[in-house]
Amino acid sequence: MNNLAVLPIIIPLVSGIILAFFPKKLNLVRPLSKIFMLINLVIAGYLLWTVFSEGSVILETGGWKAPYGIVLVADKLATLLVFTTNIIAAACALYAPYSLSDRKEQYYFYSFFFFLITGVSGAFLTGDLFNMFVFFEVLLMASYALIVLGGDKVQLRESIKYVFINLFSSMLFVTAVAFIYGALGTVNIAQIAERVQEVDQQGILTTVGILLFFVFAVKAALFPLYYWMPNSYAVPNPVISALFGALLTKVGIYSIIRVFSLIFVHKIEVTHGMFIWIAGLSMIFGIIGAISTNNIKLIIAYNIIPAIGFILMGIGVFNQSSVSGSIYYLVHDMLIKGSLFMLAGTIAYAAGTSDLRKFSGLIHYYPFIGWLLFSSGFILAGIPPFSGFIGKLLLLKGALANKDIAIVIIGLLSSLLILYSIMKIFINGFWGEKDETIKPVSLKGRIAPIVMLLALSVFMGIGAEFIYPFVESISTDLIQPEVYIDAVLKE
Amino acid sequence: MYKPNDLILRTTTSLIAFILLGFSIYLLLAGHNAPGGGFIGGLMTSAAIVLMYMAYGSAVLEKVLPINYRLLIPTGLLIAVGTGLASFIFGEAFLSHTYGYFHVPVFGELELATAMLFDFGVYFTVLGVTISIILSIANDH
Repeated sequence: MNNLAVLPIIIPLVSGIILAFFPKKLNLVRPLSKIFMLINLVIAGYLLWTVFSEGSVILETGGWKAPYGIVLVADKLATLLVFTTNIIAAACALYAPYSLSDRKEQYYFYSFFFFLITGVSGAFLTGDLFNMFVFFEVLLMASYALIVLGGDKVQLRESIKYVFINLFSSMLFVTAVAFIYGALGTVNIAQIAERVQEVDQQGILTTVGILLFFVFAVKAALFPLYYWMPNSYAVPNPVISALFGALLTKVGIYSIIRVFSLIFVHKIEVTHGMFIWIAGLSMIFGIIGAISTNNIKLIIAYNIIPAIGFILMGIGVFNQSSVSGSIYYLVHDMLIKGSLFMLAGTIAYAAGTSDLRKFSGLIHYYPFIGWLLFSSGFILAGIPPFSGFIGKLLLLKGALANKDIAIVIIGLLSSLLILYSIMKIFINGFWGEKDETIKPVSLKGRIAPIVMLLALSVFMGIGAEFIYPFVESISTDLIQPEVYIDAVLKE
Repeated sequence: MYKPNDLILRTTTSLIAFILLGFSIYLLLAGHNAPGGGFIGGLMTSAAIVLMYMAYGSAVLEKVLPINYRLLIPTGLLIAVGTGLASFIFGEAFLSHTYGYFHVPVFGELELATAMLFDFGVYFTVLGVTISIILSIANDH
């Protein structure tokens, strides 16, 4: 049934609404949120299975035909990302009760959590540019509420910046949509693509495309527009940082993938050539940030920027191998960033501070956490048996095929420095003499979700032969825009 | 000692508030064929309630209108989402709406559409959000 495509959006929305009726009854809210999350995970998995076995699921809401009504397009890329989103959200739902104080949970945390999932799933599934804007706002509104939850002084300071920059980029988004509607007379993504193709992307269209790129680049924290991101992702509670780090910037890069593999693909030397430069600069500046700080949460937050750079590089090069690499890296990075933020939160809780200069020798008390961090550093940097390796290998192979040697060198060097930035936490925080002043605290319940996400990452690396054919079929669809257009418009 | 006497404000409020409430319900119901709808109807109702708060104070109003406005938000959302979900039962696409002609006593033949129910959801949500915002700022000493 076609209505399947709307369920990953509607289930979290209804769950969030139901939980808003009794936010103070925590012993009811906690199990209910886990049950709702499980239902949503199962439905998203079923949708993924349906799409890969029978092709895209298209829902024309309200029964209106494609270019006139709102369509929801569950194609292979979108459903894969919705499924990954739900895995991360499930891990966060397990982690939340241990990480948040009761008071914070009572202030509608679970409602906002579910509204965030609604927005993210909606942004992945929509087939309409203006609806994409609406779902962006849904997820941003929820994230505004989550970032100030608790109301510390630093949170208030960082949230002001976060709200202002996002309001500004949302305003630009509306302007860009208005330009597109003025030039092409439609906001349906498939029809926009068709009309841009008809006029061969003449005139103002490339400019509008680049404007749209800058809107998404603000959301995705790419090179010139990333300065708002690291601090505002480091100050909230670890579980909220994990949600933000794993999901929000990825929605921005997903929109870039969607728009620049489907609509603006006729002037590749202008747009995609620029992406390679921006990708390279993002890697350099992101990694400089990551190795320059001693705050473990900030190190993880800065590591988002080079990862987004890697994904953008795949779009910039734009051949089969590099686009597969981007998708592989995107899913890998969602999983590993989710677990790394939770891990950093756990370490900061165990050590009592997030400043690396103030603690050492944690390995004597928490050997398991130490080795988790060690292996996640390997996964993130892309050491061969793990998942980061496959994505980077495909990306670099694609770039070499296009003779973009400079970006390959930058990519390899920044991978080395990514490894260094994580190992710095391990060396300074975990090695060293046994510190007798540390009083071990119980980390009950915090470990399981981290292990779950890391195990999936490891599986993505070791089971690459199982996963790669799916990723390859996604990228085959992506570099042929006709597949998407035909699926939506000519059923 | 100076004691404010707002007799004129209170007398006119009791008159104006009811005109506002009536007009807001008219706007809510007229939305299908004329300017209006759930959003502006909800705003107008909350304007009437805020006017009463200004004239009579919160102690009186909490006795007259004992409503938890914060609960109105999820209620309205649930109504709006529910109208979308109801189309699942009939095997139609999400958010499909339908209409029919009914004979209602006093009014006679009427066209009733399920889109109206969605508007009621919007109405309650807007009312709940507006009053919650105003009251939580006003009660913040």
